[in-house]
Order: sequence, then C-alpha cells, then structure tokens
Amino acid sequence: MAELKYESPQTTEAAVALLAAGGPTARVFAGGTDLMVQMHEEMIEPTLLVDIKRISETRQITFEDDYVRIGAAVTGAELGEHAELKAMWPGVVEAVELIGSYQVQGRATIGGNLCNASPAADSVPALIAAAARVVIAGPGGVRDIPVEDMPVGPGRTSLAAGEFVTSLLLPKRAERAGDAYLRFIPRTEMDIAVVGVGVSVTLNPDGTCATARMALGAVAPTARLVKAASDILVGNKLDHAVLEALAEAASDACSPIDDKRGTIVFRTKVAGVLACRAAAIAWQRAEKN
Amino acid sequence: MAKNFVTTTINGDEVEFASYPGQSLLDVLRSELHMTGTKNGCGSGDCGACTVVLNGRPVNACLVLGVELDGAEIETIEGMATGTKLHPLQQKFLDHAALQCGICTPGILTMAKAFLEKNPDPTESEVRYGLAGNLCRCTGYDKIVRAVLDAAADMRADG
Amino acid sequence: MSNDQSTTNYRWVGKRTPRPDGVDKVTGRARYGDDMSVPGMLHCKILRSPHAHARIVSIDLSKAKALKGVKAVLTCAEIPDHPLSEPPYAPIINDMHDISRNVMAREKVLYDGHAVAAVAATSERIARAALKLIDVEYEVLPHVLDPLEAAQPGAPILNEDQFTFGDETEPKVPSNLFRSITGKRGDLEAGFAEADLIIEREFISEPVHQGYIEPLACIATTSEDGCVELWTTTQGHFVIRALCAKLLNMELAKIRVTASEIGGGFGGKNTIYGEPVAIRLSQMTGRPVRMVMTRTEVFRASGPTVGSRSKIKMGAKKDGTITAAEVDTWYQAGAFKGAPVGRAVETYFSSYKIANVRATCYDVCVNRPKVAAYRAPGAPMAAFAAEGAINELADRLGIDPIDFRLKNAVGEGDESLMGSKYGQIGLVEVLEKVKSHPHYAAPLGPNQGRGFALGYWMHGGGLSSVSAHLLDDGTVTVATGNPDIGGSRSSMRVMAAEELGIDIELIKPIVADTGSMGYSHLTAGSRTTFATGWAVVNAVREIIDKLRALAAKKWGISVDDVIWESGQAVPKKAGQDRIKPLSLKELAGMATKMGGAIAGHSEINAGGVGAAFSAQLVDVEVDPETGFVTPTRYTVVQDVGRAISPDYVEGQMQGGAVQGIGWALNEAYIYDAEGRLQNTGFLDYRMPVASDVPMIDTVLVEVPNPNHPYGVRGVGEPCLVPAPAAVANAVENAIGRTMSWLPLSPPKILQAIEELKLAAE
Ligand SMILES: Cc1cc2nc3c(=O)[nH]c(=O)nc-3n(C[C@H](O)[C@H](O)[C@H](O)COP(=O)(O)OP(=O)(O)OC[C@H]3O[C@@H](n4cnc5c(N)ncnc54)[C@H](O)[C@@H]3O)c2cc1C
Ligand code: FES
Ligand code: FES
Repeated sequence: MAELKYESPQTTEAAVALLAAGGPTARVFAGGTDLMVQMHEEMIEPTLLVDIKRISETRQITFEDDYVRIGAAVTGAELGEHAELKAMWPGVVEAVELIGSYQVQGRATIGGNLCNASPAADSVPALIAAAARVVIAGPGGVRDIPVEDMPVGPGRTSLAAGEFVTSLLLPKRAERAGDAYLRFIPRTEMDIAVVGVGVSVTLNPDGTCATARMALGAVAPTARLVKAASDILVGNKLDHAVLEALAEAASDACSPIDDKRGTIVFRTKVAGVLACRAAAIAWQRAEKN
Repeated sequence: MAKNFVTTTINGDEVEFASYPGQSLLDVLRSELHMTGTKNGCGSGDCGACTVVLNGRPVNACLVLGVELDGAEIETIEGMATGTKLHPLQQKFLDHAALQCGICTPGILTMAKAFLEKNPDPTESEVRYGLAGNLCRCTGYDKIVRAVLDAAADMRADG
Repeated sequence: MSNDQSTTNYRWVGKRTPRPDGVDKVTGRARYGDDMSVPGMLHCKILRSPHAHARIVSIDLSKAKALKGVKAVLTCAEIPDHPLSEPPYAPIINDMHDISRNVMAREKVLYDGHAVAAVAATSERIARAALKLIDVEYEVLPHVLDPLEAAQPGAPILNEDQFTFGDETEPKVPSNLFRSITGKRGDLEAGFAEADLIIEREFISEPVHQGYIEPLACIATTSEDGCVELWTTTQGHFVIRALCAKLLNMELAKIRVTASEIGGGFGGKNTIYGEPVAIRLSQMTGRPVRMVMTRTEVFRASGPTVGSRSKIKMGAKKDGTITAAEVDTWYQAGAFKGAPVGRAVETYFSSYKIANVRATCYDVCVNRPKVAAYRAPGAPMAAFAAEGAINELADRLGIDPIDFRLKNAVGEGDESLMGSKYGQIGLVEVLEKVKSHPHYAAPLGPNQGRGFALGYWMHGGGLSSVSAHLLDDGTVTVATGNPDIGGSRSSMRVMAAEELGIDIELIKPIVADTGSMGYSHLTAGSRTTFATGWAVVNAVREIIDKLRALAAKKWGISVDDVIWESGQAVPKKAGQDRIKPLSLKELAGMATKMGGAIAGHSEINAGGVGAAFSAQLVDVEVDPETGFVTPTRYTVVQDVGRAISPDYVEGQMQGGAVQGIGWALNEAYIYDAEGRLQNTGFLDYRMPVASDVPMIDTVLVEVPNPNHPYGVRGVGEPCLVPAPAAVANAVENAIGRTMSWLPLSPPKILQAIEELKLAAE
C-alpha cells in the first residue's frame, strides 16, 4: 500500500515546492469533490495531497484595473454570493453554480472544475466564452494562458510538473455586454452536462453585435471555442436566419461520442438548440447593460 | 499508516481525533467517533445522506477529508435537537410523516436547516431545488417538501 | 368483531397517529445495517469480476494471505455446493445451487460484479489492498445481455447444466431459457375474428434498480459451539436465517438473526448476498466480521428487477369490448433463473374481463446480476405493455380511456389469468373517482400531455407470528417478526390499540429477532399490515380473552358473562351493574398474583388476500427541441381496503408514483460493448431528485377487504404497477405518437419528435 501524505502549505512557493518534489502522483487538493470520488472509486491512488485552501491568494476575489481575479480555490457557493461579480459575469457565475448540489457547491472550486479537465465541466465553456485567462504558478515562475489552452484531453491539462493554478482572470465587462451559460441534463439537478454552451457578446449602440464568443462543452474531448460563431454574429442582430446559422455552426463544431450520458445525434442537435437559447439570454443581458 | 491529530468543534463540543490522510469526514464521524447519525448512502457526493454543516455551510461529509479539519466547526444531526426538545424541522417531519425508512432523514434535516437559514421563506420550487442533493427513494418527496414549508412558516412566526 | 364493515368510528384506525420509531429516526439514533460495530470485528471486502462472462481458470490467494492484517481469504471452496433443485418449481425459486454460485462464483463468472473471492482484514483499507493482491486468471467468453437473443439457439450459454423445463421434447442442449409460464382462456382466433380493430405492438423495458439509499450491510459473529449471530439489513430476517442455514448446511436454531433498521428495500433486500460470506469468514477467523457494500457494489452485484421484451396483440369491437388479447414476454432473469414470470402472467390483462386471452412469459438467463424483487415484481413492465396497448385501442376507437376500462372492468367473482378469484373489489369505484377528479378535466397547455394507466396487484399473505405481552402497569409490548420499512410499527400499534381499547402510547411495538419469535415471512408483497396485522389482532384478542377470564374469576361469574368494552372488562348481564368494570390497567396489576403473566400469541398462515387497483393520472410537458420531460401534475387513486395509518398509505402511493416516474423517464442499467455496467452510481443511475417531480395527489378509495378484520388490502406495491405506463402515455399524448421503449430518455423522445416532423413534411 502506497502511503498517502497530506500537506496544507500557506504559500504558493511552498505548494510549488511540494508538488515538484511529489512527482506525478502528487495532487492538488482543492474542494475535493472530484478527487474524493476518484479516490473512493480507486480510479486514482495519489501519494501526496497538497491542499491549497490555506494559501490566501487562492481564496480571494479581487477587482483590479482591467480584470477581476478569482482565486482558484474560491467555491461555487462563494461565487454565487458575490453580487458584484454576478452582475458582471452572470453566465460564468451561473455555470459554476450549476455544479452539483448545495452541498457540493460549498466545496467545489472553480479551479478544480477547470483542472479536473472533464469535457463536461460546466464552468469551462462559460470561461472560454468570457475570454478568461488562467494564472499558473510553477517552478519556473508565474505564467498565464487562455482557458481554452488548459484542458488537452479528458482528465488531462497542459500544466507542467510542479505547476498549479492560483487564480483566473476575467476581463472587466465592457458596456452593452452580456454572457450566459446553458447545459442540458436529463434531470433538473445532480447530473453531468450532456451538452453545455457558453456565449458572451457585446453589442453596438445600434443593437448589432460588436464581438461574440461561443464555446461548447461535453461534445468533444475538451471544451471548444466555436470560432465560426463570431463570424455569424458580429454585425448582425439575432434574427431567425442568424439563429439558424448559429445552431448549425454549433452542431458542426461537435465531435461527440455515444455514452451513458447521451448519443452523438442528440448531442449534436441539442448543441444547436442551446446555442440559440444561450445567445438569446446573453443578448438580452447585453441590451440591459 | 501515520495519522494526523485534528482538533475540531462538533456540535459545540471540542472534539479531537486522529485521522489518516485519505479518510473522509464521514468515516471519521462514523468509525472513529461512533456518531452514526450521519448516514452513508454512496460515498461519492450523490445522495446527501451524509450532509453535515462545516464552518456554516452544508457539505457532503464523504467528500471532506478528516485531516483538513483542524480548527473547523462541524454540526451534525446529533446536535440538532436542544436537549430533549426537537428542532421544529424534526417535529414537522414527524407531524407530516415525512419519512418512511428514515435513512435519508438526518441528511435532509441537516440540509433543510441550513437552507432555511439562508432562505427563511422559500417557495415549493425553491425547497425542491434546495433539497436536490438529497435522494429519498421512499417518500416521493411530497411530505418532505410540505414538512419543510410548514416548519419554515413556524420558524418565521417564532422569529 | 370489529370487521363489521359499516363500523368506521374507530378511535385509532384511520387516524393520523404519531409514529413509534419516529423520534429515533429524526435524531439519527436509529441503528441501520451499517451503524453497528462489534469489538474486535474484522472488515470484509469482496473481489468482483471485471468480466460479463468468463471461465475462472485459477485463483492465487497467496499474496493476499501474506499481507499483514489479513486474517482470512475465501473463495467458493469455502461455500458449500448444492445440487440443482428438481421440479415442481415454486413460483419463487430459491435454488441453493444457484444461490451458492451467486454468493461466490464457482466455475464461471456470469456478470460484471460477480463475487469471486473475499477477504477479512483488521481494517477496511487493508481488506481493499488485499483484494488487489488476488490474482484471478480468466478465460473470457462471449456474453449476452438481451433476453430475446439469449433465448435463441447458438447464444452464449450461461449455465451449462440448465435445460429448458417443460419442453415436450426432452431437450438435449442446454439453454438460457429456463421455462415459460402461460395463462389462457377462450378461443383467441375467434376472439380476434370478432374484433373491429386489432393492434400489434412491441414493448421494451430496461432493468431498473430498487435504489434503496442504505447499502447492504451485515455483521456475523460466530462462537466455538457453532452458533452464529447475524445483524443485517433485510426485509425478512427469518428468510435470511433459512437461506443461510440451508446454504451453509447449518441448523436453524444455531443462527440467530437480528434485523437492523432498514433503509429501504423495495424487494431488493429479500435475499442473501454477503451474509453467508461474513458468516464463513467469521467461522474461519473466530472473530466478528462486518461486510458493507459500496454503492457501486450494490448496483453491480445486487439484483435489479427484470428488463423485458413484449409482443402484444389486442382486439376490440367498435363499442369498446375487448374481444381478444395475446402476449409473449421475455424477462431477463440475470445470471440465474427466477424472473417473476408467474407474477407477470398474473398481472397481464387482469383488470379486464376478456373472453379470449393468452399470456406467456419466458424466464431467460443473461449476463447481468441475478434479478431480485422490486415492488410488485414482474408487474410494472407487464402493465406498461398491456396498458400501452389498451390506451392505443381506446384512442383509435375514439373512446374515453376510462369509459373504455369501465366497459371491460372485472368484478366480484372474476378471475385473473393465474386463477386468483376476486372477492369484493374496488375497481369501478377507483375508475369513477378518477373520472370525477378535477385533474381529469383540467385544461392542458402547449406541449403538455395527459397520461392514464391502471394497475392491478394481488398482495401476499402467508406466515406471520406475533407475541403480545401485557405488563404489570398496563402497558403492552407487541413483537412481530417483520422489519419496519415504512411505518409498519405504527400500523401494528394502531390495530392493537383499537382492539384493546387503550391509548396507543401504552403500546410498544417491537421488531423481534429470529430467536424470539415464530417464523415470519418477508416485509414484502404488501403483506405486512395485512398478514402480520392480522396476527397482531389475534394475539391481542387472546390477551383480551385472558383478561375477561381474570375478571370473571374475580367476580365469580362465568367468563361468557364478561365482555370487553373500551379497554375494560364489563359484566354483560343486567342486574350485575353493581359490579364495577375492571380496566386493563387494574387487571394487569392483578394478573401476576392471580395466575401469571398475560400474553397473547398468534402464528398464522394468512389467506384471503384481496386484489388492489391503482389508477394514475399524470400530466407532463415536453420540450420539443430537447425532449426533456417535466412531470407537472400527478394523481394516484387507489383502493386501499382500509387505511390503518393514512399518512403512511399516502406515503406509499407517493413514493411508488415517483419511482414510476424514474423508471419511465431515466432509470436504466447501461452496459458497454464488453458487458460492463457503466452507471454504477447515483450520478448516472438517474433516480428522481426533489426538483424533478411535482406534488403527488392521493385519493384513498376504501372498499374493505372482507377477509381481513380491518379490511386491509396491500398498498405498497399496486401504486408502482401503472406508473411507468401512465407517464409514458402522457409523453405519447404530449408529442402525438406512441412510445414503446423505456426509459423515455430525452434522446429517444427527441428522435420521435424529429421523425414526426419528417413524416409531416
Ligand atoms: C455529486 C457531484 C455533482 C457534480 N456535478 C457537477 C456538475 O454539475 N458540473 C461539473 O462541472 N462538475 C460537477 N461535479 C464535479 C466537481 O464537483 C467539479 O468539477 C468541481 O468544480 C471540482 O472542484 P474541486 O475543488 O472539488 O476539485 P478537486 O477535487 O479538489 O480537484 C479536481 C482536480 O483538479 C486538480 N486541481 C484542483 N485545483 C487545482 C489547482 N488550483 N491547480 C491545479 N490543479 C488543481 C486536482 O488535483 C484534481 O485533479 C460534481 C461532483 C459531484 C461529487
Ligand atoms: S454518502 Fe455522501 S453523498 Fe452519499
Ligand atoms: S425515507 Fe427512505 S429514503 Fe427517504
């Protein structure tokens, strides 16, 4: 039996040192809502858990000049209670709030959702649509990358040995901007996304679209940015033809699998449906901003 | 396996326990502290039978590590009644027959209490979403929802 | 006698009384299977097959045995083998040959999750680690999951010693088809010839799990003299004792089983899984051994209910008379024979008077866990097919679905296909109640549909034992041998209090262990309030008789001149009114001085079961773009005979309906191409959560069962029977076409909607 050790460092540097020394079987432990399940089911057998929740940087939400910084270990419940953030990025916050139950919300972190690298992780399409960046600390210092470059396959990230995520950066919202996230699950709660769609738009004063980003989850090995969405939306209003094109672009961007959660046909079709619905909500929010 | 020594407050009492890394709070409560009121229905966060309140928030005890709890405050079903006086929720669950087998009951009561503290005047739908993390296979939820709504009304009246 | 049907001014029966075990359950004090620990106990973990079908070539235990903390390792070599049982076969087959192999695989593993070896160690962690050190060499074999495929010649054979029973030609090759049961009457050909409309449909349902929240758990303690004490979560500790004794070749009296509080069962805790393993490990080590299954193990290795394939044909005249009905249904039994085929035939068409009818049901083995009972075993899938066909008939004939059923409804004196004869039944009353219910006429919005279905169930009777004891201070203990799953202690107490004429608070109901009572069959089959309740009535009446005798002795009059009224002995004859009545409490205080303690016993084999009917109305809304279904309104109308504890009767009806919603919409066992179960947890085995369902309205129709002292009919099971069919019918109505394959998951519904759109273009 491999011995399992637990550490709870108070600084980023100490965490990096522990992770680097711990090798490939060392794991960052944030809310534990993925890790505990994976350990319980014996899917993984780590030898070291590095709890990052005592590092203050990972636990804060701070507003800086051009962006909002969300600590990686901020929980869903905390994000949901943050009125200012919720007003600014309602889509991102609602995506995180969709994770699990109230009980799971009390623990699940935004960084954990990203780093677990599930193709169905709810926050990821919303973060990609929001053009969020990930701040990574490691033996070589600090770097930041776009969220879409983080997951590289189911359960795999682009993090190098000894690295971990300290925070996420969301740009400050422009005027007339709005975002939204929708997912499909077969129940109303306690389920994993069969399809997830995040949309973020800014509008021109005349009501046409100025910028747009759309990302899909659960329809490919990683969440993906649908580049075509921006071409379809920018310069246009959300009329029937635009929506049809958007739905088609969303469906075209899918390369899903048949599994216990959904079929290829279903995922492809519903991606288009949710793309339109999410775009409509983001639009409404932008108009009100 | 080496165990860590942890000092916590459980239901207002200082409680010390030794836990090995990897051991869940649920296992600590049930196996080390013999507090078996918190139930084990899945061990994977899906059923809510293990719900406890950790530092003011409801959580699944099966998804929390024992070793991370130094200094933590924990509330369990064993602390819900005051002496021999049942909490209004407990009483309403009896009055409304909101339990059949009762295995889900401690988790649901704990969740409902935490939920009503945040939302003292919920709608039926809010109660249902509030309890979505707690499976009950016996009751079909009807009487549970009624009991929670009724308890909420009484608790509001009692301020 | 209180079975005067007009007497409804009961003091306790039918009232909303507090529940005797309630406080322990809301405070966390009640002890369930996994809440017990015994000093010095070892922890048992079971190694399970990763293959759907494989021959076990070899098992190497040496490394596991060498691990520090491991006290014993066991394989099938430690579990006695038994010969195959011989015909005639009982309706419920408990073949020790099969049970032995299901408890621990012998020649082969037959499903993903099949137990192969077990370890007892000083901690659960060590036991888990030891499992990884057991080397099993498998020869993987082709597998089969579908009952129709499995019944074909050439299919992979699970049990090579199984030959189809009842074939006229003596079978020469083994088959996965164990047997079929047929019920028939009349002349089908003539019946279909009379019909103006004939429909033929196929229906499919997937296996679903009982989904009880408390995992299976037990602790076995053995002693040097060969005695065993077993603590376990079960629906029937006497059955567990019988099965363990038989399997392990032990004497019954040497096994004493105590039932823990039980965290749900629904039929899934009617048999043995880990109990004999824990007993054997305890015998091997001389230490108590505790076995607790994980949720994953519960899904992989304890029985779900059957999945089914049905081919049904029905014919009716324009006026709505059903002229003929015919069905073939293949039930998959899992790895060993024993699907509830008789129950299926019993259920088919049994609400309807049909002159020409045949139902055949086939019991087929496949590479899935052996099925267990689930709330009205065999019936909901049969009702799904039959009610689906009947709804289509009514629809196509343009007849209101309730009128259609009223036209064909069975009545007193009619018989089910398996020969159950109906006494006084409430079917027509139930249908009339649905028709006049505001729900039936309520308007529907866009994308909404309303479904209706009817379910029939004949509950169980059988063996029950009760010991009631009057204590010195006038309190009474009432001990039964039936675990209390959903409030049966409350009903027992109510009936005892009603008979004795005393306050319910003076009565303490107890679930006694197997060492303290006569045999009591399972808390299952909706039988407990009926059969065990009856025994309670008998037992307390014996107490009453003894109290009358005591009073007679005291007064020096004949016992025939003493009656029992409102909790006291009263002289019957005029002129004796100067004798002051003696209360139960006064008599209790006298008893030990005047002859001895007073107790009443009853050991019965209850007959006189009554048919019960449950009718359900449900509204759903379907999202036409995603196929997502929202149940928006649900009403259950059921003949409950008499509701002893209405709170818990309603609770049964509500719980059954919601289980039916899950069954209809999302629950299913999902396998990959290798036959491995994919959804082994609650996250992907999608049972309804609170936000998935509406309030469930209940209407209790009380047409008393004349055979029971209080008119009781079984209520726990009938309510699940029509539920999947009713929900499916609502979806059909919302989208405008028939649906025949459960669960009606969003992908299937969306596909149906798309096909309709294409057809319209
Ligand atoms: C019942 C239940 C329901 C769920 N429902 C949903 C759902 O609806 N949608 C959804 O998306 N997810 C769901 N999840 C999964 C899970 O809750 C989320 O993914 C959650 O956000 C994970 O966060 P965590 O802090 O708990 O992660 P942890 O379990 O602590 O970590 C997850 C992974 O990320 C790594 N990690 C964590 N933080 C960092 C970091 N800062 N830097 C580098 N690596 C890190 C860990 O090493 C681990 O591999 C559910 C889980 C449960 C148990
Ligand atoms: S036991 Fe923790 S959620 Fe089920
Ligand atoms: S009462 Fe049995 S699970 Fe809720």
